[in-house]
Amino acid sequence: MTMTRGTKALFTVLALVVGAFIYVPLAIILINSFSIDRVLSWPPSGLTLEWWSKAFQNEGVRSAFATSVQVGLIATVIALVLGTLLALALGRYRFFGREAISLLVVLPIALPGIVTGIALNNVFTTFLGGLTLATLVTGHATFCIVVVFNNALARVRRLGVSVQEASSDLGAGAWTTFRLVTFPLMRSALVAGAILAFGLSFDEIIVTTFTAGPGVTTLPIWIYQNLFRPNQAPVVNVVAATLVVISVIPIYIAQRYSNTDERGAGLL
Amino acid sequence: MTTTTAPAGLGYRHPWIRIVGLLGAPLAWLVVVYLGSLAALFVTAFWTVDDFTGQLVHTFTLANFREFFTNPAYLGTIARTLSIAICVTILCLILAMPVALFMARVASDRWRPLLVALVLTPLWASYLVKVYAWRAMLQPEHGVIAWLLQPLHWSGPGYGYVGIVITLTYLWLPYMILPVYAGLSRLPQSLLDASADLGAGNARTLRTVVVPLVWPSIVAGSVFTFSLSLGDYITAQIVGGKVTMLGNVVQTTYVNNLPFAAAVATVPVIIVLLYLAAVRRAGALDQL
Repeated sequence: MTMTRGTKALFTVLALVVGAFIYVPLAIILINSFSIDRVLSWPPSGLTLEWWSKAFQNEGVRSAFATSVQVGLIATVIALVLGTLLALALGRYRFFGREAISLLVVLPIALPGIVTGIALNNVFTTFLGGLTLATLVTGHATFCIVVVFNNALARVRRLGVSVQEASSDLGAGAWTTFRLVTFPLMRSALVAGAILAFGLSFDEIIVTTFTAGPGVTTLPIWIYQNLFRPNQAPVVNVVAATLVVISVIPIYIAQRYSNTDERGAGLL
Repeated sequence: MTTTTAPAGLGYRHPWIRIVGLLGAPLAWLVVVYLGSLAALFVTAFWTVDDFTGQLVHTFTLANFREFFTNPAYLGTIARTLSIAICVTILCLILAMPVALFMARVASDRWRPLLVALVLTPLWASYLVKVYAWRAMLQPEHGVIAWLLQPLHWSGPGYGYVGIVITLTYLWLPYMILPVYAGLSRLPQSLLDASADLGAGNARTLRTVVVPLVWPSIVAGSVFTFSLSLGDYITAQIVGGKVTMLGNVVQTTYVNNLPFAAAVATVPVIIVLLYLAAVRRAGALDQL
């Protein structure tokens, strides 16, 4: 295909149109958060900052935010440990069942969320006697493993084994080698994986609905509960706008920390 | 050296000790928590609920599947869910192609990382917030689309089938753009030049050279757009009006009739697995 000026212009215009399709709804969310209307309506009949201060004082929003952060952090730590161990095993050794394991890791995000959700819900309520914060964290950690694993595996493959072998030849034990050689070399990939895992957990709604105990309200659950209440629209708008704005942070950090050729795989 | 008896030496002589040590915890988690739950759910699909006591009856039966596959309303739901997933996949492809071409072939190297970031950012904006944004866009009387179409005296699609398709397309579009962009970046310019030298116009080059070469990437993207659409139920709840998908059936039945919900839940899983088996031949799975 020869990129004449006309063709370039055509693709630029088409890309701009699709770009508008992607960004207009997000812009609407931002604008709606300043609207004085109490129900969803466009265009806003006036602008105000009132709802922003109301939303930040809202007890439900604050505690939901705290719960989301707490769940996200614990799930991320679990996923970091398990994902790194898996990546080291699958990246360095060839053994029977290796392919099956790499499929098993992807399964929790490859299968529809509702399937994972009711499967975990069934087992937790039958064998653990009910849902709690711990069951929610367990559910989240399960689907977060894959993003840490993807990032860590790409790094392990790129590093090869020679550095570790050199470390062993110089007399370092397995733990010393991990602490002084492997971990520092993997750190940036793990940071990227951890951010993505936290983002995934922070945002998740379906598995959350089915694994959160009564009274355990994460931010997405709070939004979902208040979405259909007409008088809550202004506060929901502000929370939604906040989430749009803070979604830039993980992308920015992940871009800085992860290697270009690993990035695409890590984020997907 | 006296350190050859250190644990490292043991691990290198017997690599399986290391493999077991590394795999033990993560496999225990994934197999016990996850596979165990899935297996339990699958078994439950063949049980029933006692109408009077509400207790599970642990006898093997195909009754749930029979009920689901003989009820015209449920068959309609399968057809509707499938058609939504297919429409979303096609729309995502149509929208992703020009963006990916622009990113890979028109934009300069300096802008490319920024463009990738611009495509990725909405992916990490909250799923629920994006669906909510479309609730505001599609709102029948006071929505953004209704407002835009008002001067033309048209009404917007409102909440329903079209609303679901648009919203799901919006949600999964980046999953199509990224693999197609990656595929297009790997395409050697010489092939495109050769095609032009041999007299093919742009449309023809696109049809006979570009699309066949990036086909595995397109199929890889479609795995996401298709299977994510198939299992979704929140979107239908928020912008679907009265239109329901398979996920909604599972969600509304699981409290009172878990075996039936479990049976329904196997349907999207089987469709996704069939789809994966079919696309395996296109070599798309290596692109994931």
